[in-house]
Amino acid sequence: MAVTLSKPKCILLLGSGGLRIGQAGEFDYSGSQAIKAYKEEGIRVVLLNPNIATVQTDIAFQGTQHKDRSLADEVYYLPLTIEHATEVIQKEKPDAIALSFGGQTALNLGLALEKKGVLKKYGVRVLGTPTKAIRDTEDRKLFVQRLKQIKVDTAQSIATKSVAEALSAAEKIGYPVMIRSGFALGGEGSGRVANAAEMKQKTTEVFKSVPQILVEEYLGGWKEVEYEVVRDCADNCITVCNMENIDPMGIHTGESIVVAPSQTLNNHEYHMLRTVATKTIRHLGIVGECNIQYALNPDKPEYRVIEVNARLSRSSALASKATGYPLAYVAAKLSLGYTLTELKNAVTKTTTACFEPALDYLVLKFPRWDLQKFDSAHKRIGTEMKSVGEVMAIGRSFEEVLQKAIRSLNIGATGFTAQSNKEKFTVRDYEKLIKEPTTERIFAIAEALRDGISVETIHQWSRIDRFFLSKMHNIITLEKKLTNRTPDSEEIREAKKIGFSDAQLALMSGRTEDDIRSLRLKYNIRPSIKQIDTLAAEFPAQTNYLYCTYHGIEDDVVASKKHYVVLGSGPYCIGSSVEFDWSSVQVLKTLRAKGMGSIMVNSNPETVSTDYDESDRLYFEELTRERILDIIDFEKPAGVFISTGGQIANNLALPLYKKGVQIMGTSPIDIDRAEDRHIFSNLCDTLDIDQPTWGEFSSTKAALKKAAAIGYPVIVRPSYVLSGAAMTVAHDEHSLVAFLKKAKDISREHPVVISQFIENAREIEIDGVAQSGKLKIYAISEHVENAGTHSGDATVVLPPQRTYLETVRRAKEITKKLIQALNITGPFNAQFLAKDNHIKVIECNVRASRSFPFVSKVTGYNFIELAARAMLGEDISGEYQTVDLDHVAVKSPQFSFSRIKGADPIGRVEMSSTGEVACFGGNLHEALILSMKASGFRLPKKNILVSLGREENKVKLLESVRSLHEMGFTLFATEHTADFLKAQKIPNKRVLKISSVEGKRKKKELDVGTLIESGELDLIINIPTHIYTDHIRDGFIIRRKAVDMNIPLITNRQLAEAFVTALQSTKR
Amino acid sequence: MSYLHLADKTKLKGVQYGSSNSTSGEVVFSTGMTGYVETFTDPSFAGQILVCTYPLIGNYGVPDSSFFESKKIHLKGVIVSELALSYSHSDAHQSIDSWLKKEGVPLLAGIDTRALTKKLREHGAILGAISSSEKPIVFDDPNTRNLVADVSPSEVTIHGDGPICIIAIDCGMKENIVRSLTRPNVTLKRVPWNYDIANEQYDALFISNGPGDPTQCSKTVHSIKNAMKQNKPILGICLGNQLLALAAGGATYKLSYGHRGQNQPCIDTETGRCYITSQNHGFAVKSDSLPEDWKVWFTNANDNSVEGIKHTDAPWRSVQFHPEAAPGPTDTAWIFDEFLASLQK
Repeated sequence: MAVTLSKPKCILLLGSGGLRIGQAGEFDYSGSQAIKAYKEEGIRVVLLNPNIATVQTDIAFQGTQHKDRSLADEVYYLPLTIEHATEVIQKEKPDAIALSFGGQTALNLGLALEKKGVLKKYGVRVLGTPTKAIRDTEDRKLFVQRLKQIKVDTAQSIATKSVAEALSAAEKIGYPVMIRSGFALGGEGSGRVANAAEMKQKTTEVFKSVPQILVEEYLGGWKEVEYEVVRDCADNCITVCNMENIDPMGIHTGESIVVAPSQTLNNHEYHMLRTVATKTIRHLGIVGECNIQYALNPDKPEYRVIEVNARLSRSSALASKATGYPLAYVAAKLSLGYTLTELKNAVTKTTTACFEPALDYLVLKFPRWDLQKFDSAHKRIGTEMKSVGEVMAIGRSFEEVLQKAIRSLNIGATGFTAQSNKEKFTVRDYEKLIKEPTTERIFAIAEALRDGISVETIHQWSRIDRFFLSKMHNIITLEKKLTNRTPDSEEIREAKKIGFSDAQLALMSGRTEDDIRSLRLKYNIRPSIKQIDTLAAEFPAQTNYLYCTYHGIEDDVVASKKHYVVLGSGPYCIGSSVEFDWSSVQVLKTLRAKGMGSIMVNSNPETVSTDYDESDRLYFEELTRERILDIIDFEKPAGVFISTGGQIANNLALPLYKKGVQIMGTSPIDIDRAEDRHIFSNLCDTLDIDQPTWGEFSSTKAALKKAAAIGYPVIVRPSYVLSGAAMTVAHDEHSLVAFLKKAKDISREHPVVISQFIENAREIEIDGVAQSGKLKIYAISEHVENAGTHSGDATVVLPPQRTYLETVRRAKEITKKLIQALNITGPFNAQFLAKDNHIKVIECNVRASRSFPFVSKVTGYNFIELAARAMLGEDISGEYQTVDLDHVAVKSPQFSFSRIKGADPIGRVEMSSTGEVACFGGNLHEALILSMKASGFRLPKKNILVSLGREENKVKLLESVRSLHEMGFTLFATEHTADFLKAQKIPNKRVLKISSVEGKRKKKELDVGTLIESGELDLIINIPTHIYTDHIRDGFIIRRKAVDMNIPLITNRQLAEAFVTALQSTKR
Repeated sequence: MSYLHLADKTKLKGVQYGSSNSTSGEVVFSTGMTGYVETFTDPSFAGQILVCTYPLIGNYGVPDSSFFESKKIHLKGVIVSELALSYSHSDAHQSIDSWLKKEGVPLLAGIDTRALTKKLREHGAILGAISSSEKPIVFDDPNTRNLVADVSPSEVTIHGDGPICIIAIDCGMKENIVRSLTRPNVTLKRVPWNYDIANEQYDALFISNGPGDPTQCSKTVHSIKNAMKQNKPILGICLGNQLLALAAGGATYKLSYGHRGQNQPCIDTETGRCYITSQNHGFAVKSDSLPEDWKVWFTNANDNSVEGIKHTDAPWRSVQFHPEAAPGPTDTAWIFDEFLASLQK
């Protein structure tokens, strides 16, 4: 029945760029599925995506054994801009373009290309949903009009283009109102506004980065429900999954706990919304996949359509994982003109894809936040997305999935209640935190319930449906019942059914986790292993997609035996991102290439590793010792790979090893030797390897004494922190005392580590693979920023351009010694400080690091494949040319500061970036400019503000600033910087600091706040005086405003220098 | 503790809610994820014990009877994984537990309904019983009886007063069919399954859904043949589809485990369009048994079974699925519109 469209010969697929809040790894999943779907049709696929850490940007590696048929034919690691997309189109001459697999970024870029006439000029057809339909969904005014034509209700909404218009619209609707910005990812610049004053302030800020703001009726407290809808060109239309937010309207769906399918909707409500969904999507003319969001009145059958996303989204990735229905794959096929009835259900392989999955389980998604990493960041959650990742839990009761999900977050919580880290999850002012939700709301609810507050009262405080609250109440009731006594077999069974872990039961009963585990196994209480088959067991299905539940009496599968388990990375968070999913997927591919069975375990729905095609068995499960042991007890695998899933997996090495599990690669004992600061330090001493001076202290007094002896600044990291950053730099005794106070409890159990902070030292890293203690392949890269910027936030260059050969040689020598001493087999990463040809080792991680995909794709060798082969015992010795390369690659961090309101947008020893991008160039300059652009940086056209703290920074950046002047930029500078530059004969416009303005403004003198708000600036270079004590000062306000106004910002001196030099060289 | 006993000697332990009585019937499963109120009150379930594959049942409680598909619960029993003892909805008046107590229907919770469903899928629908006794009890086979006679009304009722008169043979008709057919220009005369329509004045005949084996309803088949002789327009739903096939000279058979759920894809053979439908049937029409002047109107996209039939010339048609939904998707509500439009005077 397919509409006869000629099949395209070459498709340009747009990716989503670096991971950031609102646009994370889910688009690696959708993009990878699209490539698979297109490649099956024999179509050439060209991918534009600078996110080098993704699976979709994989290339054919040198000497690979992987037999991958779903790789893109050509990958361009270039910024997702009109300029670069046009370049690619000119070169590759695609006849079609796919816009819907790369999130809002790809959609916006595609629309811009069309608007500029690029697509028409080069004869590129847009696949799937026509651009007109996309515009109808993106422009709120058009959207409301279109839905009105078919009598579908939308929230009363007025599109405004100025602050004045916004104010009058709000008057018309009546406060409180909701403001939303069009064309923004993840609801950026949205929120409830209570009065005119607030309206004025908020819209002034938001209009700087978006052209349009919607003022809407406020629907706080209504249920929020989403449907994932698929439609083909023959007008077949289905809803694959619906989802219900536990947090009602008022909290962004990316910030909400979400269940699928909906739990509190009756048949009438469910199908009222379903009918509206199919009617709306047909009317709009969407072809492929989309998502429709509703507000549903809890008191009567009344709804409002909130929005339609005419593309794959975070929700669609979740829905795919929740149902087993491969939405992105199907959407890609539909975009070629296939109809749903021509496609098969990918799980059953016999029934049709034109059906709606029936679930016989439920899933719960929980957002993962990382706001505690930012001292001054606001922890309130609301209509803007702040979460950096999410987990999904599958089970057969609400309590089971809730507790599983909370454990999977890897934030130290043992579940909804019964916390091993009691202090951290005790919320004293729970009423406030339930009424004004923060990231800790769920723990506030637990505390309130423990305190005897009724479900009804909590419902009134939170508007969370009583159904969910009463389920949470069940958990607390059982906790109370089982506290302080050893449970009998029936009680363990009961507790397991509502999601209690062995660790929780141990805490409640005062026994150890191992006691409970033994008791449980003695009673033969084990989870059942169930399949996800899309049809609730109605038809036989050979599915390998599995989960564990205690609501079962039988397993759906038999043990695989002799397979290999690969532990995934868990939720994306700052410091553990898509790069570890990439690594895990590479191991799966290696196992497949070698004909060995694989079992993937992961809890993150935004991943490729949880695509059930990637492994022989997929357990969508929590990455806890208990659950991994359950799986191992059942599957009897040949070994477990723990070194590619980042820190969560790595931390499981020793506990699993102690239970007799066969760990692949380096012995967990040796891993522990590298991880334990004392042992590692002693090892370095023995091997005569220099390291920054450090000490561990259990009292403030001793710490101060040592700091004075080392000399400030020092790096300080308490092993136990109640709130605030885990690690910082103290520049003097005063700041060290202040920090130690925040850490509160310094004791023998919770010591603090103080180490020397070496200023003006360079940082270099070696990523490599060893086998039986011998180095087999390595790549060495250097940071643009000096030591003090976390390696995850640094701009990384490969091959190194400025590091002395002698330094490289020494780093390699040290690495070899460490590898031998730790008897490493598998991946490792070593970090060094280099100053004047002298090098010190910072740390050695005996696992895959963040930079493995980067070094693999830049050198052309798949480091993880080699590591996996080494761990499987294959000799990987060979000649690997990783030093002398024909190109230079630069990796830049991707920050999400615009989403983390109140945070200081600056690189520190604690990591802040949420993702990364990388670009190639013929030289460093070219690669650096591209890479910065790929992370969202825009090159300046005219006006640059320079504000340099400290004399040293002024002096060292003098020549760079002079170059900017010579290149014809107009320079603005704050007081001291302006005076300094003037003295050096560099013309500039002097502006007042914020603090100078307060109280004593002279007439007509421009202040920096006003200048930034004017929107005239193209770039701000602000080098802070001191990174860690600057929060409320002028510099912070400049940086924060730069981010809030979406003005490119550089805060690091070395990066500023490198950027100016690069800019100069490209201008020539 | 109570037990589900199956005819193959399987015994599953659970907790009994609702009525504390024992019960027996044919055990079938339904894959719907919502709409348990509509499902429980569907008369087509007469004689059956229903297994809900979705594990959480009762979340939104039980509303007033205006949401029901008939006046009472015709199910013999219900099997679930978890019954919500606390429910929440603005329409709710009571819990499932209290409703089933009043209706005298037992429910067994705490069962691995996926394991049970797999068994039903492999063995086919099977007889079973819910009982507090560990010892098996005598199984009641509903398919040996004329279940339609149990659920069909004994009296004639009239709905609406429009100029178009439709006779609806009620074999256990769902209320939403009545709601769907009762339009301003329609008079719906709802008659018992064995009502003699030979002397009636009417414009069209409707044959409803209902429980059990269609071959038990020879009186209804007789009425349909009568209407065919007069060339009256006919529409059938579910059991009505099977009865129309029998009247046309076709045959029916028992499916191994039936179609019960809200996600069954059906393809309109005339347009190729696929619709997601609500279904509840254990019997089906044999496609090769249809006379030459009949054709298959809809097929099930999953197993190719007959989902609707149509006469090539005469205005006679029927569907195996439920265009009236309740519970389930409303994609095929146009079937009522088309039927009613064809009757316009």
